[in-house]
Order: sequence, then structure tokens, then C-alpha cells
Amino acid sequence: MATPSKRSPRLHVDGAVLGFKRGLRNQYNHVSLIKIKGVDSKADADFYLGKKVAFITKASTADKYGNKFRVNWGKVCRSHGSNGVVRCRFSRNLPPQAIGGKVRVMLYPSRV
Amino acid sequence: MTAAKASSKNPRYYPAEDVKVFAKHDAPQNPPKIRKSITPGTILILLAGRFRGKRVVCLKILESGLLLVSGPYKINGVPLRRVNAAYVIATSTKVDVSGVNVDSFNDAYFGRSKEKTSEGEEEFFMGDAPKPAVVSDERKADQEKVDGQLLEIVKGTEMLEGYLAARFTLNKNDKPHLMKF
Repeated sequence: MATPSKRSPRLHVDGAVLGFKRGLRNQYNHVSLIKIKGVDSKADADFYLGKKVAFITKASTADKYGNKFRVNWGKVCRSHGSNGVVRCRFSRNLPPQAIGGKVRVMLYPSRV
Repeated sequence: MTAAKASSKNPRYYPAEDVKVFAKHDAPQNPPKIRKSITPGTILILLAGRFRGKRVVCLKILESGLLLVSGPYKINGVPLRRVNAAYVIATSTKVDVSGVNVDSFNDAYFGRSKEKTSEGEEEFFMGDAPKPAVVSDERKADQEKVDGQLLEIVKGTEMLEGYLAARFTLNKNDKPHLMKF
């Protein structure tokens, strides 16, 4: 039996923040657009509906458990367009610095 | 006075306004609805929590809708535990666990014991540090009992022991929406 890797398993899919829901001249920050890696069609995006999304930032002060990473949780609420982009709502709106940044799309709540 | 005191004389005290007596609404609790892919004996992948990525055997669906699960402990370190079905991927691999007796396990067995921790001054000053969990001997004995039967089934199936020992992870070109679990 090959020795198993000691690293934590990856149980999320990476996504990129494309921006906020918007028309040309109006922007609605409460909904963000996320491009999930490997997802290129509306049918593929259906798997991720309802899944939790984590926007992770690093802070300089630790919380009571000693973690310096802070999470803004959100969820995939619907697909956006026909090419696999997805709309997400977060518990706190994403900061504009997040555009172009990474987001983790978890595999739960699972419907498989 | 309304429905409460019917035949006896009027009590000395009664509320100034009529108190509504609500009809007892004993809603029958239906058995939990779990997706069809999860049955006793299904191998599950845990997606979150301390044992994330571990592959585990589903033993029973409890009345609360949670799943009773066991590693088995000797194979991957997952004890008899409750797990929420939303945080689990059900694989198509199934094992026959009808021979394993899990009747004694229910939600009350796993519920947190309501110990009255008196807030002494020492505890108050120690702060909110999480206390180390102590595994009771009863749990260890139950684990041995269930795993004894489970391990035989697992060892009897080809490659299953190694499969349960290995962790699930997403690799570089894996696309969960295309994967057939």
C-alpha cells in the first residue's frame, strides 16, 4: 500500500470572482459573479447550485482558536448566463478588492 | 372560566382575562427523508469536519435524520459517529451490513450529556479553551463490538480495506460535476 499523503485533502473547487451583478451603468454588490474552474456550461453549473462558497482572507490578529484566516461564507444561488458562471450571495458583500481573486466552492450541501 | 375547570366550584384565583387553551397538536413525526443513494451499507465520503476526506461505512439512518457511521475505527480512525447527510457524498459502493447489530444506537446515545459544570472561579479565569474530549469506556466497548462484525465484512470484500483507508481528494484536473461517485 503506497503511503498516503499527509496533506489535507482538497474538498473544494477553486473559483474566481469576476465582479458583481451589474448592468452597464448600475452595479448590485449583494450578488457576486463567480467563475468556477472547469465549469463551462449551464448544465455543468447545475451541480454547484446551493453549494457553500468561502471567501478567505488573512488577518494579522488571531481569533480565540489561534487562526489567522477569516472566512466570509456565501452560497451559489443560481447560474448566470450559459457558460457556467454562477451568481453567489455572501453573508457580507464581497469587498471590491476581491475581484479577480480566489474563492473556494465547497462540495457541501451535497445532493449526490 | 373556559375549558379548564369544568365541574368543581370556581377556584379562588383565576386570570383576569380568559386564557385560551390551545388544543394539543401532536404532529406525528414522519421518518426522516434521506436521498435514495444513502442506505445502510453505502460507503460515504465525508466532506467536512474533523474527518473530511475519509471514506466511511454508513450503518444506519437515525430518527433525527442524521446518519450513523463507522470507519471502521481500526482502518481509518473514524469512530461510531453521527454525520449529517448534507455533508456526505454517497458512493455507489455498497456493503451488506444487515448482519451488524446497531439497534442500540440512537440519537440519545450520542447526545451531549448535560453536566452541570459549576462555574468556579478557576474555570472562569481559564477562559474559553476547548476542553479535551474524554472517550468513555462504554463507547470504546461499543466500537469494538460493532467493528468486530464490520471488519469481517470489509476484509471479505476485495480491495475494500485499502479503499477505506485511503482519503478522497480532488486532484488537479478533477471536475466533481463530471465525476461518477
